[in-house]
Formats: sequence, structure tokens, C-alpha cells
Amino acid sequence: MLGFVIQRFLQALLVMAAMSVIVFCGVYAIGNPIDIVLPPEATQEIRKQTIRRLGLDRPVYEQYFIFMGNLLQGDLGRSFVYNIPVLELIGGRLPATLELVLISVISATVLGVSLGIYAGYRPESWVSKTIMAVSVLGFSVPSFWVGLILILFFAVNLGWLPAGGRGETVAIWGVEWSFFTLDGLSHIVLPAINLALFKLAMMIRLARAGTREIMLTDTVKFARAAGISEVTILRRHLLKLISIPIITVFGLELGSTLAFAVVTETIFSWPGVGKLIIDSIAVLDRPVMVAYLILVAFLFVTINFVIDLVFALIDPRVRHGAAA
Amino acid sequence: MSNTSTPLRRFWTEFRENKVAVFALAVVVLMILLALFASVVSPQNPYDLANLSLMDSRRPPGFVGSGGYTHLLGTDPQGRDLLSAIFYGLRISIQIGLAAGFVSLTIGTALGITAAYLGGRIEALIMRLVDLQLSFPAILLALVMVALLGQGKAQLVGALVAAQYAYFARTAYGAAKAERGKDYIEAALATPLSGRLVVWRHLLPNCTPPLIVVATVQIANSISLEATLSFLGLGLPVTEPSLGMLISNGFPYMMSGRYWISVYPGVALIILIVAINVVGDQVRDQFNPRLRK
Repeated sequence: MLGFVIQRFLQALLVMAAMSVIVFCGVYAIGNPIDIVLPPEATQEIRKQTIRRLGLDRPVYEQYFIFMGNLLQGDLGRSFVYNIPVLELIGGRLPATLELVLISVISATVLGVSLGIYAGYRPESWVSKTIMAVSVLGFSVPSFWVGLILILFFAVNLGWLPAGGRGETVAIWGVEWSFFTLDGLSHIVLPAINLALFKLAMMIRLARAGTREIMLTDTVKFARAAGISEVTILRRHLLKLISIPIITVFGLELGSTLAFAVVTETIFSWPGVGKLIIDSIAVLDRPVMVAYLILVAFLFVTINFVIDLVFALIDPRVRHGAAA
Repeated sequence: MSNTSTPLRRFWTEFRENKVAVFALAVVVLMILLALFASVVSPQNPYDLANLSLMDSRRPPGFVGSGGYTHLLGTDPQGRDLLSAIFYGLRISIQIGLAAGFVSLTIGTALGITAAYLGGRIEALIMRLVDLQLSFPAILLALVMVALLGQGKAQLVGALVAAQYAYFARTAYGAAKAERGKDYIEAALATPLSGRLVVWRHLLPNCTPPLIVVATVQIANSISLEATLSFLGLGLPVTEPSLGMLISNGFPYMMSGRYWISVYPGVALIILIVAINVVGDQVRDQFNPRLRK
């Protein structure tokens, strides 16, 4: 087990190093940030000075090593546009994104797995067919359009819920949360539904596919022959067997929802990290782009690492496969 | 007719049993036809500025404009007839979706099959790269690629391909790896046939079913992804709006109740994507041996 953990950890480090090079070179190939930082009437002298101050006159690999050196000391640089440390900028926006993502993914998983198991257990009933039809919709309809319709319906026509912003927030340990105030909750409902819908459809399909296959296996036949009640079969055997793909997807989805939040945050003017990155791409704020992408890469690598470990704990075959 | 048992015939007979899937297929065909003949069926050429009048802008559905005909779905902020704009937008969305789908299919399949066939170092290298990419969400990759490449049709297709080829590579690799170990491939390789011929004649054809399924889903995904990017303002230039761009243009007017500018292009987009996905679902079920009775 320890060997397995070390092996995976080294792999994760290697991936991170590769990602940092790709992201850095990629982002540094785009446009010329000087045009954004300086007003057009700036003199040649000021231009030269700024280029030197930002370190843009050095070759790319040197810039990369400086960047990595700073990164290892916890310094991701300063935003060209806001002129504050990038880490502070992203850190300030992160809680908004995190609470939105967590609420969406957890509710989508709980609801989706229950509906999916039902749809897989009774594939012919009309309820299951309805669930599946809705899931095809949730899967197909682009999430930005769902967001528009939610706004049109609940905010413009009915006027029940606010169309954007975070509402009132409460500071807990110095971090602002919308989740704990009534006004904040009312602001979070629409974006959370918007973000959860796609995940819900995915969870339904995954749980249904797993259930349909497992209900036909010998495990279930024997359990039935042994006189174990259907509820126990579902809870004890089925849930355990379908949990592996679901845990994988849950982990991966947590990450991809963070990325997808870009769209939802733009529609609902949710002041999170996604909105920040879209704005940064538009104005070529390189340090913010690099930092965001490296943080996301780090997040994904960590999630994959944790999923591997959880797998090894649940499923001994993974462990032994790696040792062999 | 004795050829009722060709695989295609059998496939179609089974496909026909699912009425919903047949209907969806009809819808897809209809939308492709509408896109192909957009210039014939549209009441107006929405790209010809001479046809547009700002007097007609943002009118509700059913308004009779200065052109003398009824705007069935209303007009957009530039005074374009929305129905015509949707037909032309459909054309662009489908073009982008197909182009991205086929290029990623080709690149992904080539990589996946090469990895499975050659094995060893090359296999490890290719599949590590693919797995690494798959662990990142497509939308994020596409976003970064668009930011890197800039705006335009070719750039957009490039970004979509970069975001999607890995799915094809994974699928092709999985299928080819399983086939590679089977006796018929070993037998074919034992004959004097060249390796290239074995790959083309035997390996590739046996890997197509899962690739077809992934291709349908990914074409729908590229259309949706393109719309999303356009909505975020990172897609195509405004002069030739795709469906996503039309929706984006209408967004600011929605708060004041002018819903049609955003809603109708969205409905067209969704009908297209849902129909493709329903067809893809049926094909997937038909190819899945585990669901066979």
C-alpha cells in the first residue's frame, strides 16, 4: 500500500511540473500585455521601464524559472490590472465559487443516484422513462441557456428570485458566505440549480447504467435465491458495486464543476473565480490566467490522487494490480 | 431480396423499433436540410446589411416589417429577421460541429490505434498525454485554446478539436487494445500481410462501433461548446452569428421582457442537440452487447 501511495504521488508531481510548463508557455504566447498595462500615449522610455519591471525582456525560459522560484515560495505574482497579489485576488473570490460548487455537486449526486437506481431497477415503468427523458434534456441543453431561462422565468416573469449577485453575506472566520443568510440563499438558488442540472443528468445515467448491468449479474441472482429482501440487495450489494464509478465521477465532477462555474458565474454575475478568469482572458491579465490554470491543474491532480487512494481502499484489486 | 441480413439492414430494422429515435433522426435530417438550404428557405439574407433596417429592430414575433413580410419570430437588435438568422446560424453551428467532430475523430482514432497497435514506449507516451488531458474539463481547454488562438472559424475548430480529440483516442485505444489481443489479429499478423493492411482491414473496422457512438455525442458536444464559447464572447466574430452568438446578443434585452431574441435561437439549438443525443443513445444501446437479450 505504501509503495502504491509513493508511486502515485511521484506521478502526480511529474504531471504538475509538466502542466506548469505547458500553461506558462501557452499563456505567454498570447498577445502583448504591455498594450493593456500602459496607456497608448506612454513614451518609449516608460514602455522600456515597464517591460523591464515586469521582467518581460528576459527569455521565456528565464521568466519561467523566476515564476517557478516565486511559486515555490507561495508567490504567484501580481495582477497587471488590479495590481494586487494574484493569490489574494483569487483567494478573495474562491469562497463564492466553492459554496456554489459544493451545494450543486452534493445535491446533484444525492438526488441523481437515487433517481438513477430507481430508473435502472424498474427500466420499463413510466416514471423511469420520464426520469430518463428529463436526464437527456439535462445532458443536452447547454447550461448557459438553462441559466437564461431560469432568469427569464423566476427573476423577470415571476420576480420570485434575484437574477444576479451574491446577496447578503456573513463573515465566518474572516470569510464571506452567502449560504448562511436568507438573502444570500435566495441568490444562490438559481445559479446552484443551473450548475447542478448537468451533473444531475450525469449521475442519473451513471447510476442507471450501473444498476441495469448489476441487476443481471450472478451476485444479485444468488442473493435473491438466498431469500435476501430486495431492499437489502439494493442497499448492501448494488450500492456498493455502483459506488466505484460514482466516486470517480463525483471527484472529477467536483473539479469540472469548478471549471463550468465560469459559465454560470458569468450569467448570474456571481463574483467568483470563474468570472475573474473570463475577465482576465478578455484583458490579457497574464499572471491571473497562469495562476488560475495552475491552481486548477493542482486541484485536478490532487483530486485524481485522492480518487486513486480511495479506490485502493475500496477495491483490493487496484492495490494488487499496482503492486504486481 | 436476400440481403435483409447485411449488418446495416439488421441495424436499421432494430433502430426502427424505437419510434422516438426515428423521430429524432428525422429532426436531425430536417435541420441539416434547413441549414443547407438556408438561403432558399429564409425570408431574408441576414448578413446583407442592405436588407436590414434599424426601424425593424427588436420587434416582437408576428411584426410586419419594412420588408413587407411578417417576422414570425420577431427581429433582433440589428433588425434581422430572427427566423432567417436562426437558419443561417444553424448552418454555422452545424458546420463547426461537424468539422470539429471529424477532425477530432481522425486525430483521436489515429493516436488511439497507433498506441494500441505499437505498444511499448509510444503507447505509454500517447496514453499518458491523453489521460492527462481527459482529467481536464473540455470547456476549460477550449476556453484556453480560444484565448491562445484568437477568434475565427478555423481557430474555433482548432480549439474544439484540442478539447475533444482525447475522447476519441481513449475510445479507439480501448477498443483496439481489446481486439489486438484476439486470435484473429494474431493470425492475420502471422500471415505475410503487412502490419498496415492488418490495421486498416481488420483492426480499424472492428473498432468502429464505439467510435460512432462517441462521434455522435461529440458532434452534439462541439455544437454546444461552440455556442457556450460564443455566448461568453470568445467564439466567432459578430458578423456571422452562430446560434450561441444570437442568444448572447439577446441576453441584455431579456431583462426588459424582449425574450424572443434569446429564447428562439436557444430552442433551435436545443432541438438539434437533443435530437442528436437521442439518436446517439439508441445507437449506443444497440452496440452494447451486455444489454442483448
